[in-house]
Amino acid sequence: MTETGAAVLSARRADDDDLALLLLIRHFELALLDLFGRGELNGTTHTCLGQEYVPVALRRLLTGADHVFGNHRGHGHYLARFDDPAGLLAEIMGREGAVCGGVGGSQHILRDRYVSTGVQGESLPVAAGVALHLKRTEPGALACVFIGDGTWGEGAVYEALNLVSLWRLPLLVIVENNGIAQSTPTTRQMAGTVRARAEAFGVRHHGVETSDLATIRDELAPLVAAVRAGEGPLVVEFATHRIGPHSKGDDTRDPETVRRARDNDWYRLYGEADPERFERADQAQRARVDAIVREVSARPPSRWRP
Amino acid sequence: MRVGENLNAALHGLLESDPSAYVIGEDILDPYGGAFKITKGLSTRFPDRVLGTPISESGITGLAAGLALCGDAAVVEIMFGDFVALAFDQIVNFAAKSVTMYGSRLPIRMVVRCPTGGGRGYGPTHSQSLQKHFVGVPGLSVYEMSPLHDNRAVFDAMLASGGPCVFFEDKILYTRRMNDVGDLFRHDVLPGAEDVARVFLEDPEAADCVIIAPGGMVDRVVTAMRSLLLEQEVTCCLLVPSRLYPFDAEPLLPVLRGARAVLVAEEGTAGGTWGSEVAHRIHRLMWNDLRRPVALVNSADSVIPTAAHLERAVLVQDSTIHDAVLEALRD
Repeated sequence: MTETGAAVLSARRADDDDLALLLLIRHFELALLDLFGRGELNGTTHTCLGQEYVPVALRRLLTGADHVFGNHRGHGHYLARFDDPAGLLAEIMGREGAVCGGVGGSQHILRDRYVSTGVQGESLPVAAGVALHLKRTEPGALACVFIGDGTWGEGAVYEALNLVSLWRLPLLVIVENNGIAQSTPTTRQMAGTVRARAEAFGVRHHGVETSDLATIRDELAPLVAAVRAGEGPLVVEFATHRIGPHSKGDDTRDPETVRRARDNDWYRLYGEADPERFERADQAQRARVDAIVREVSARPPSRWRP
Repeated sequence: MRVGENLNAALHGLLESDPSAYVIGEDILDPYGGAFKITKGLSTRFPDRVLGTPISESGITGLAAGLALCGDAAVVEIMFGDFVALAFDQIVNFAAKSVTMYGSRLPIRMVVRCPTGGGRGYGPTHSQSLQKHFVGVPGLSVYEMSPLHDNRAVFDAMLASGGPCVFFEDKILYTRRMNDVGDLFRHDVLPGAEDVARVFLEDPEAADCVIIAPGGMVDRVVTAMRSLLLEQEVTCCLLVPSRLYPFDAEPLLPVLRGARAVLVAEEGTAGGTWGSEVAHRIHRLMWNDLRRPVALVNSADSVIPTAAHLERAVLVQDSTIHDAVLEALRD
């Protein structure tokens, strides 16, 4: 299926909620870059521009009993789990109402069964432990961990894959393969493939080539159900596109590569497929995020004692 | 009872009393029962919660942190403490950070057990005492096994602390008897600090010298105390904290004030040591009352050789402590 074909399909099948969430994440990330540009954010942040559809597609395959591990590029992961852009922005800005008091910031969030941390590969062994706990105490629930293509350089990934395969733990690994690890193209940092690496551990692998939500869900539903049923872990690899910089103003890719990423952007594909509905939703979310930025920016600093 | 048996009993007791407790490690299952036999019998009694794992120190420490994140209690055995370096990221950047980095206090009930130290000829990568590398990590506690502390009580304290703990076990102690301080000395608990054991002759507050040392040093210090008494008529009081970090020096002050010299003795190699942290705290509290700065006794700044005569030359011996006490008392 071509990207264009998938987009036409998705325009028919993506409901208003999905579209609103996709656009909420998009405008949230754009707002962050804007805030950075104006010097109103401290530190750094990693936006998921271009990859928003991954957690949005997955949210209907996950339940409240599942544990989700976000990562350094995790705003979309969080927003797909909680309709709480104000809490997340307050966390990133260090304002009152921050999810974690402003201590964790962009990369370190804990809320109910959602957790993220900032070291590559570190979350996989932890997620394996959570999966072990779930298998014993809440069969049917799973641990879902988001990683990137660059994460596969870390040894912890393989220690965890070995354990979860050996013990048939309910772990769902979502690989957002955007073709670039910070500034290093995947072709220059990965020998072989994610698929071959997963299969070497006896772990099932499924590749996703589309950004159409309904197609993704149809493909993954039976595979995720198998993880829940105790048939062992699963690696799902999304061929996706990072259309923004790694963090802020640090995109060293050649213009042609960035243009190709933008050509494949779900935002463009969805917009072309159903322009009127898309435009209405786009305006609504842009306005919602603008209002949140104004409101959160006016809040007093968060309070925390070490 | 031997110290190793006491530790084994503590793990049995923990698994028995806490249905959420796990023991995880390499080669820990029966009939092998662990490289040092400390987990003997555990997997037979609790097959679901005693997990033999691949050789993956980072992976299994992260696994334990995941269980702890869900409210379980997890004990990880690192076969040789040297290998805990492989789990440093999980301990320092995940488990210890998680206690506070999410803005509110998150209990992480997790103990990483590290058989530690030399004296057995295992060579440079199987003989180290890596305590100092875990000192000063926010959210992380460092404990050391001792023949004067019941391991069950220590495990209960570590798991009740709410944060991850690294537990160093001097391998030499496994075959030593609990509470054995020889026929000359007595031992009790330091008033005001229930985790500090005290070994002394008659009046602990009238000793010439106070030696602060973790559990792995007890035998060597007591031997030195004996020779100092019999050969030099020097009296010493030994203080053995179970928790090395965070370290509270305040309860030690009454004993320290009466002494002419204070030493901290540990097996770790020189440089950036636990002892220098302890000395700094004591200096801050009683600099003007001290006759001279706290003296540090360490192993040499060296790798730990395999050959017995070379290993002895590097590691702290009872004679090292004996000599250091005399040096500290010299006017």
